[in-house]
Amino acid sequence: MSPSSPSSPSSPSSPSSPSSPADVPPRAPRRARAAPRTIHRLYIGGVFPRAASGRTFDVHGADGTFLASAALAAGRDARDAVVAARAAFAEWSRAAGYDRGQALYRVAEVMERHRAQFASQVRRATGGSPDAAYAEVDAAVDRWTWYAGWADKITQVRGTVNPVAGPFGTVSLPEPVGVTAVLAPQDSALLGLVSVLAPAIVSGNTAVLVASERYPLLAVALAEALASAELPPGVVNVLTGEVAEISPWLAAHQDVNAIDLAGAPGALADDLAVAAAGNLKRVVRFANPDWGVEPGPERMFATLETKTIWHPLNS
Amino acid sequence: MRFSCDAACEGDSRVTLRGSYGLFIGGSFVAGSSVFKTISPATEEVLAEVTHGTTEDVDRAVAAARQAYERVWSMMPGRERARYLLRIARLMRERATDLAVLESLDSGKPIRQTRDVDLPLATAHFFYHAGWADKLAYAGFGSAAAPVRPLGVVGQVIGWSSPLLMLAWKIAPALACGNTVVLKPAETTPLTALAFAEICADAGLPPGVVNIVTGDGLAGELVAGHPGIDKVAFTGSPEVGREIAKSAALWGKRLTLELGGTSANIVCADADLDAAAQGIVEGVFVRQGHACCASSRVFVQETVLDDLVDAVRCRMTALRSGDPLDESTDIGAVNSESQRDKITELARSGEAEGAVRWSAPYAPPDRGFWFPPTMFTTVSEEHRIAREELSWPVLTVSSFTTPDEVIERTNSSRYGLSAGVWTRQGALSARLAGRLRAGVVWVNSFGRLDPGVPFGGFQESGLGREGGRHGLEAYLDLPGTGGPDV
Repeated sequence: MSPSSPSSPSSPSSPSSPSSPADVPPRAPRRARAAPRTIHRLYIGGVFPRAASGRTFDVHGADGTFLASAALAAGRDARDAVVAARAAFAEWSRAAGYDRGQALYRVAEVMERHRAQFASQVRRATGGSPDAAYAEVDAAVDRWTWYAGWADKITQVRGTVNPVAGPFGTVSLPEPVGVTAVLAPQDSALLGLVSVLAPAIVSGNTAVLVASERYPLLAVALAEALASAELPPGVVNVLTGEVAEISPWLAAHQDVNAIDLAGAPGALADDLAVAAAGNLKRVVRFANPDWGVEPGPERMFATLETKTIWHPLNS
Repeated sequence: MRFSCDAACEGDSRVTLRGSYGLFIGGSFVAGSSVFKTISPATEEVLAEVTHGTTEDVDRAVAAARQAYERVWSMMPGRERARYLLRIARLMRERATDLAVLESLDSGKPIRQTRDVDLPLATAHFFYHAGWADKLAYAGFGSAAAPVRPLGVVGQVIGWSSPLLMLAWKIAPALACGNTVVLKPAETTPLTALAFAEICADAGLPPGVVNIVTGDGLAGELVAGHPGIDKVAFTGSPEVGREIAKSAALWGKRLTLELGGTSANIVCADADLDAAAQGIVEGVFVRQGHACCASSRVFVQETVLDDLVDAVRCRMTALRSGDPLDESTDIGAVNSESQRDKITELARSGEAEGAVRWSAPYAPPDRGFWFPPTMFTTVSEEHRIAREELSWPVLTVSSFTTPDEVIERTNSSRYGLSAGVWTRQGALSARLAGRLRAGVVWVNSFGRLDPGVPFGGFQESGLGREGGRHGLEAYLDLPGTGGPDV
């Protein structure tokens, strides 16, 4: 999307791709040349590596046309992503809520700046109308903005001061659970993806995101936006490929603390939930909502721990 | 059988035990097919015969709970439920001494602990949650348009470390939120749960709202795995907890777990060492480690290591072991023979792996299950005694140099239930408390509990919280955690 983005070796929407009527200007001189065959990569620890196996898969648009190739991640990549997410956790979780909010606002800004490119990608991936594509991008930007505002408010809404029968002061504060595996919903190109990723990271968790199998290029585009927004490396790591191949590694991983099953079909979700019990991961399992509706805070709350601190008074 | 306990009780309180107890199902005690004996771990004396709950019994209990849920309890206005909870609380307070004696007899915990800590707290849990029953709309869950609902029938399986207190932690919020309950007490400590069943009957609680099924681990599995329950709440070992979590995931049931995990006490160089030593000794020995949050791992900043170890040793020497019903007893009996054997084996491994053992002078009675207050020094994280989750009257002491180091070492555990921090520096205590990955952090204190305060662990120490506003979530039908398409 952003050819100038220094950290992005590949660009998901090649400039010569057919543009939708809504993003016409400035038209490049039409000339016959072979569009470069784009091979997208993963996003791990702030850089864009190939899959460890070197494998890729073809991604097609809603009309069946070939769009690009994406990296086919497997267990090794999942483990690398967890390591990167763990490494980023200490700093991200300790950052002031205000600063995390700023980081999320920047993501919204970058997406807004590349609105037309995102819309064109959504349109090619989903086959919907330009208006619908723009509406989805706008909703995704608004979703980032909505969650960004939560970063410095979760503690007030979710924390408590507890009266006790004794000379002690006690407070209960929300804390991020740690590394979360987030399976992006299969049925939504961009808005669903943002709607499961933002609530995971806004409270200070770091995430390993498994892209939708149908719409992997939007996850790649989002990864580039995250890099462009200078979200600290490792806070979000993006894997593309087969959910059934990648997600069991994450569900069974001993250093993953929570898993959001939004993108796992029923039978797979059951298996993943059982595997997740091996180290008592927090399992986030909502019936997938209408992603267009304002989400409410529950998804954010599902990846929080509560820490209670007792302090003696009068001593 | 009657037990007198003049030392512990004002007046002439006597605990009368029936020879044999059935299962409390549908509001009355019903006979089962086979029985087992529950003994006093201090004397190995048989206290009573208790019924083994079978598959059929658990089926009946779940059916009774379901019927009570659908026909009575879920329809009842919160203020009515509150009245029943208050009646239960008052009866518990009335019978507090008897219950404390019974608890000490059956569990081996000293009467000072059961009478002065467990019973007041258990009673307070019912008072506290009675107050929530008619105020759930104000707890911040649900909305006026969609008031939050109870879950239904809850299966609860509890451990032996604080039997009646854990029962109160489980039953009070469940009932306050409008659920009905099938509870399985620990095999070795069923008696206070059965005494609680009598209280439910005497309080006129509608039949089936609380059902108590006694038995061994199998009965616990039957309750936790029963297809007719909507939620499982479990307190016990991490191994069993993981199995329950798998089965709950498979069946799509809601779940809360309280699994313990060795907790750390961190003593900084500037701490009030006497207070810290006192807190550590109380934390791990006074309940002879019979608490999921016993402070068995102690980290001491190296400059004060010897001073602290001396202070702790001095206090350990002064501890009095013996009859749990004697008011001057600090250390009672170990809960069961198998627990005593596990402790003994693990302590041997500590010596074999190179830690230095010191046990307080100690003359155990001829009968019963005992283990001397023990401290291991020069313990490293690789030692089994530092890693394994075991409720035991043993301290493992190691030293640290910098706060960052001790944070990292403490957080390297897969558990994260609780921690203690001892320092006079406000900023340091805030930093330690902020960065330790634990569900409860006590600053310059240890082991305090209150019904209004959420309790529960990070990571593999548990799932969900008990107590306080947070604890209500475990018993309300909130979206997002648990079964498919909830």
